[in-house]
Amino acid sequence: MLLYLLQRLSVLAATLVAASMIVFAVMNILPGNAAETMLGPTATPEAVAALSHKLGLDQPVYLRYAHWIGGALHGDFGVSYAYGSPIAPLIASSLSVSAPLAIMAMALAAFIALAAGVYAADRRRRPGDAIVMVASQVGLAVPNFWLAILLVIVFAVTLRLAPAGGFPGWEQPMRALQALILPAVALGVVQAAILTRVTRSALLEALNEDFMRTARSKGVSRRAALWRHALPNALVPVLTIMGLQFANLIAGAIVVENVFVLPGIGRLMLQSISNRDTLVVENSVMLVAIIVIGLNFVVDVACAAIDPRLRNPVA
Amino acid sequence: MLLEVVSLAIDIAAERGAERVVNGVTFSIDDGGSLGVVGESGSGKTMTALALMGLSPESARVTGSIRFEGKELVGLDEDSMRLLRGDRIAMIFQEPMTALNPLHRVGRQVAEPLILHRRMARSAAFERAVKLLEHVRLADPERAARAYPFALSGGERQRAMIAMAIGCSPRLVIADEPTTALDVTVQARILELIDGLRAESGMALLLVSHDLAVIAGHCDRVIVMYAGVIMESGPVDSILRDSRNPYTRALLEARPQPGAARGARLKAIPGSPPIHHEIGAGCPFAGRCELTIDVCRTIPPPEIAFGPDRHSRCHRAHEVGRTA
Amino acid sequence: MRPALRIDVSLWLGAALVAMLLAAAAISFVWTPYPPAAIDIAHKLASPSPAHWFGTDSLGRDVASQLLAGSRISILVGVVAVGIGLVFGIAFGLAAALAKGFVEDAIMKGCDFVFAFPALLSAIMLTSTYGPGVVNAIIAIGVYNVPVIAKLTRATGNGVLGREYALAARAAGRGPLSIALDHVLPNIAPALIVQATIQFAIAILAEAALSYLGLGAQPPQASWGRMLSEAQNVLFNAPMLAVYPGVAIAVSVLGLNLLGDGLRDALDPKLKSRG
Repeated sequence: MLLYLLQRLSVLAATLVAASMIVFAVMNILPGNAAETMLGPTATPEAVAALSHKLGLDQPVYLRYAHWIGGALHGDFGVSYAYGSPIAPLIASSLSVSAPLAIMAMALAAFIALAAGVYAADRRRRPGDAIVMVASQVGLAVPNFWLAILLVIVFAVTLRLAPAGGFPGWEQPMRALQALILPAVALGVVQAAILTRVTRSALLEALNEDFMRTARSKGVSRRAALWRHALPNALVPVLTIMGLQFANLIAGAIVVENVFVLPGIGRLMLQSISNRDTLVVENSVMLVAIIVIGLNFVVDVACAAIDPRLRNPVA
Repeated sequence: MLLEVVSLAIDIAAERGAERVVNGVTFSIDDGGSLGVVGESGSGKTMTALALMGLSPESARVTGSIRFEGKELVGLDEDSMRLLRGDRIAMIFQEPMTALNPLHRVGRQVAEPLILHRRMARSAAFERAVKLLEHVRLADPERAARAYPFALSGGERQRAMIAMAIGCSPRLVIADEPTTALDVTVQARILELIDGLRAESGMALLLVSHDLAVIAGHCDRVIVMYAGVIMESGPVDSILRDSRNPYTRALLEARPQPGAARGARLKAIPGSPPIHHEIGAGCPFAGRCELTIDVCRTIPPPEIAFGPDRHSRCHRAHEVGRTA
Repeated sequence: MRPALRIDVSLWLGAALVAMLLAAAAISFVWTPYPPAAIDIAHKLASPSPAHWFGTDSLGRDVASQLLAGSRISILVGVVAVGIGLVFGIAFGLAAALAKGFVEDAIMKGCDFVFAFPALLSAIMLTSTYGPGVVNAIIAIGVYNVPVIAKLTRATGNGVLGREYALAARAAGRGPLSIALDHVLPNIAPALIVQATIQFAIAILAEAALSYLGLGAQPPQASWGRMLSEAQNVLFNAPMLAVYPGVAIAVSVLGLNLLGDGLRDALDPKLKSRG
């Protein structure tokens, strides 16, 4: 296990480095001067040159990259052009909204998926299974931001039970959590649809395996066999998909934050785009990439913890 | 009588309607006895074995009678059946590769029936599992118990399966092609192991195989199945020496003969086993059988006795062997 | 019997919904009740009536016309993005399966990278550098499709190329590329078709999200996503305006998903048993 961890860590490091290069490349090397974009089409060449110099854009590419990475490792992400203030705190405070939101959504999705997936696999070919399948089909087709809007219509406009948006800040933790409930539901339901199908099909495959029959032949009950024998075997593909889906979850969060006017990473990115604050965009995109890659690393390790075959190269 | 099966029939629901895969099978096993079930694939031998455990697939309908230790198993509720499985009746499966859960340690899997039926604590059961693994002659049983299935060889996994089966000292062990998936060199040792365990504990054995040689070496009595029907039954030696059924004869003759000349052709049975809905009213072997006459196709053959424990299902049973 | 019935329903329902989508787009080229971009402030936020079947939005534009016209963008983005995914995905996948070794690893690692950047994220990167618009949206979504197809192609390619008949063909002197074209493509065709319909659905969802954020189709091009964004501003006055475009999106995506499922079951009976 230790050896496996070390191997994965080195791959992780390499992946992060490569990802940072790609983000940097897309934002900086491709045609299109950041200074030009920032100042807009009306800018004079002198102004562009001055800003380029100020931002260090006239330096060679690899120097700029090294500068960026070096600064990042010190917690210095540069200064926001639009706000004139350091970027790091901006990103941190937006993360303090987006991260709990994403976690709540994923937790909700996992819970629903486990319950519905097990229920459907257990009742294969009976009405219960069909209901779950139909529900998940609908869940897959619904855009999460539309669901968010619908939730706002029902709970905020019609029932007046919840705020239509906004975030009161973590100083009031209960109200802050309340503000995150509807967004988490909007995000989580769509994820749940995907995960339910994966759980169900992984579980059905596991239920078909020979070792299930062996377990029953020892006197294990159907229920116990499903939970103790089949489910662990189904977990690995489910966890893997959950990891892959996290990137999509974050993308979804960007949009949903917009619906509920939450000051998260998504809002930061979008505002920076309209403010032409490319540095902020670059750093936030990199951050998201780091989170996604890091999470997939955690998923890989978790899968290896569950399935011993993954951590031992089979001869 | 430990096990008495009477007119067991199993119908499987399929797209074309129900298929009768086991058709009126009757046999019994004494306390401590051993019965071999021989047949080609599709003969219904595995279905019969599964029915004894109550593990028939969901699409199967089981009728007839299975009396084990005097208790009727057909129609028995699942909870009662569960108490028997792994405790009084145990099963060893064909593919040790896939029959073990890849995510549980071997020791835990061997210990599972002990925890379920003897209410042993986890650690005590695990220790007992190590002893069982030693008993089935696994080298380094401690290491094997802590290992995961993928780390063991095929033969080792099968030994572990056997350890799993005998843990609670069952009265009857059903072995479904226990050696088919193993190397030839390992096969003999596994079968010897089973013999040894039986001698020690006096448990009965139902050995299912397509290989007559395997049955011959390790069972007292045998039933020969074809298309869900028992074609012949009786003591192994007497059937091998002097079979009274054309199908059994054909099986015996299809084996390579030790004294045959080089380059002599193997005697194969012409045709192939029938698909279930193709079986007509008469004998299922009609048409492929050398001795087929008209009545074979239309009237199911009677069971003819050649002794108190010797039966052959054939219209012309008396003639079999005379013409060979 | 019941499973077979469910499969047929999936295929036919999906096909019907997709046909409706295509029909809406086709019709919109020839006729819409009103020009989708025609502003009519005097009649803004009107309720549904014979004159305006679904009412009008905050600028007086006819909702029904926008719904019809919006389907064009959805289909355009879907087709081109999936097309990009197929062309480059098959190319990379075959290259990986044929070249093996370092090239294969590099391509697979590249795929894993792209998975870390969902379409939305890459679209954000692109649009912040180049500005918003449909083209950037299509590129971003298309790029995200490539690794999915590439992985699928490579997996099947490896399987096929390892089989005896491929080895026999190699022994007979046929080049690997022609073997790939002859054997691999027909084998992956069913899986690719199914995957394409699913990618199409994802593309429609992604385009809607981008347009909602203002990063996709720009006015006066009609887009369901942007309709939702505009409807949000008048949510308390006219909530129904937020419902219609969402239904359009959901129905289109549902149709494509059902079609994909139905095709999968129809084209590969082996997978039927997985229910």
